[in-house]
Amino acid sequence: MRLHDFFASTAVRLATKTALVCDGRRSSYADIAAQAQALALSLHQHGIRRGDRVALLLDNSEAMVAAVFAVLQVGAVFMPVNTLTKADKLAYMLNDAQASALVTQTALTSVASAALTLAPGVHACWMVGDATPADATKATIGHAACLPYPAGRPADTPLPPLDAAVIDQDLAAIIYTSGSTGHPKGVMLTHLNMITAQQSVSQYLGLHGDDIIACALPLAFDYGLYQVLMAFKLGATVVLERSFTYPVKVLQTMAREGVTVFPGVPTMFALLTALNNLADFDLSRLRLITNTAAALPESHIRRMRELFPRAKLYSMYGLTECKRVTYLPPEQLDIRPTSVGCGMPNEEVWLVDDAGRRLPNGSTGELVIRGSHVMRGYWNKPAETAERLRPGPLAGELVLYSGDVFRTDAEGWLYFVGRKDDIIKSRGEKVSPREVENVLHELPGVLEVAVVGVNDALLGQAVKAFVVLAPGRAYTERDVIKHCHARLENFMVPKSVEFAASLPRTDTGKIRKTGLC
Amino acid sequence: MADIKTEVRRYIDDNFIMGSSGTPFADTDSLLDLHIVDSTGILELILFLEETFGIQVHDADMVPENLDSLNAIEAYVQRKHLARVAA
Repeated sequence: MRLHDFFASTAVRLATKTALVCDGRRSSYADIAAQAQALALSLHQHGIRRGDRVALLLDNSEAMVAAVFAVLQVGAVFMPVNTLTKADKLAYMLNDAQASALVTQTALTSVASAALTLAPGVHACWMVGDATPADATKATIGHAACLPYPAGRPADTPLPPLDAAVIDQDLAAIIYTSGSTGHPKGVMLTHLNMITAQQSVSQYLGLHGDDIIACALPLAFDYGLYQVLMAFKLGATVVLERSFTYPVKVLQTMAREGVTVFPGVPTMFALLTALNNLADFDLSRLRLITNTAAALPESHIRRMRELFPRAKLYSMYGLTECKRVTYLPPEQLDIRPTSVGCGMPNEEVWLVDDAGRRLPNGSTGELVIRGSHVMRGYWNKPAETAERLRPGPLAGELVLYSGDVFRTDAEGWLYFVGRKDDIIKSRGEKVSPREVENVLHELPGVLEVAVVGVNDALLGQAVKAFVVLAPGRAYTERDVIKHCHARLENFMVPKSVEFAASLPRTDTGKIRKTGLC
Repeated sequence: MADIKTEVRRYIDDNFIMGSSGTPFADTDSLLDLHIVDSTGILELILFLEETFGIQVHDADMVPENLDSLNAIEAYVQRKHLARVAA
């Protein structure tokens, strides 16, 4: 089976059922299938074939959901990109992945066109919304032909088989993740990788076809994406929100739709629990709440359980390289509230010491993951791939070294200790200090920089920059933030900047970040 | 009192846009559609409105109908002022 085959069979089985509620519109499975089919045909007509990479720079929308399946239906590989991404980074990803096409929306025309000018390999760009770039007569954007995102075709026109050769070993997606080198890495995921993760997560959560899942997480983030993948396999309904900017609006929608499942990250739960009008919303059908991306503080766990006594709360841990790793069965939450649980079904996990030796329960070491959900590697990055994927117990197999340090208790339950690299987690998003430092160094007169994460009640960690300026050079904190804001996604922009005369060094002359806060 | 929209626009320009977007936004444009505010930005915007216009934004008021465009914000602030005068 391929990832989109599940959707195709659900679309036949439950054609008239509501698949998606988004922006006040209800779309049936047949509606989404028709839209995906129309885009798939257009992709095919413009030369997109098996294995080609197609970037999706789209806000949470029906168009984004349909685009995922359209790309898969032509045998191509979808690359979801966060819509906060600025032009230079988008161009980097398009070039790095050697993408052939981009699907985006009118509101992002300026970012898209600036990026496409720098990415000559992209030959076609589909645009959702009024396809009126500055000059409506313009048929190109950057080097790419500018095409309208097509309207759905009637569902009774069967799609010619465009993907016949594709098997589950082929790539389905490339998802970019922040790397400690400062350049994002494209995580290559096969159909089998994604089906396996989808299956395991659905199984331990006990999701079913009657569930109504509220998703306010970006679909460019695998946690958001999988809400759709899991729901569409089971024939459930996804209530898709553009963002969590207006929590009250999300709650209104959740109450109206009778939502049963709510996935979130700690910042979302912090915003929710701070509302004093939560009781105004009838969320009595909510049966599952899930948290991942960062640990939920115990105080929030307690508050969430008071607010939603009938919902089961799942603490989980994962990484893009294999989607999900662990979950804590809700009945364990009172016994070990700070644990992220155990490995999920159809997966083996263990801890190793620095020499790669397997450690017994009660130890601290790097978490290693074995299973069919483990990525194929990082696109075009053999050295980084070899660091993460290393030989496993069976001849010829590779297992994933997570780069995260955990400890186990006597019974083997896992507790997150820290990262082996210096990646910051802010608002649930990974921030590479190196990437921010690179941008800071572009500012004339910046001699040295160090970017660290500092504790923050709402964000988990806030990004903080220490900057050493050349003599005679003066910037304000605002100047520096402004410079970053024009080049980085919002969540990567430093919240605070401290100017220093010098930065502490290690014996080997590297900047020592420990102690900077 | 200075024009509400002018003050809010200046605040948004200074704090959220910071010259990062080439296209100016209209009074009717959705701040969400244009990615001008996000989940932490909205909290900062609300704090600004409370301090600048002497209003209190209740949790129930934190919806796009009141806050997602300059026109919406102006109408909301004016309603709050009227409500205070009437009270």
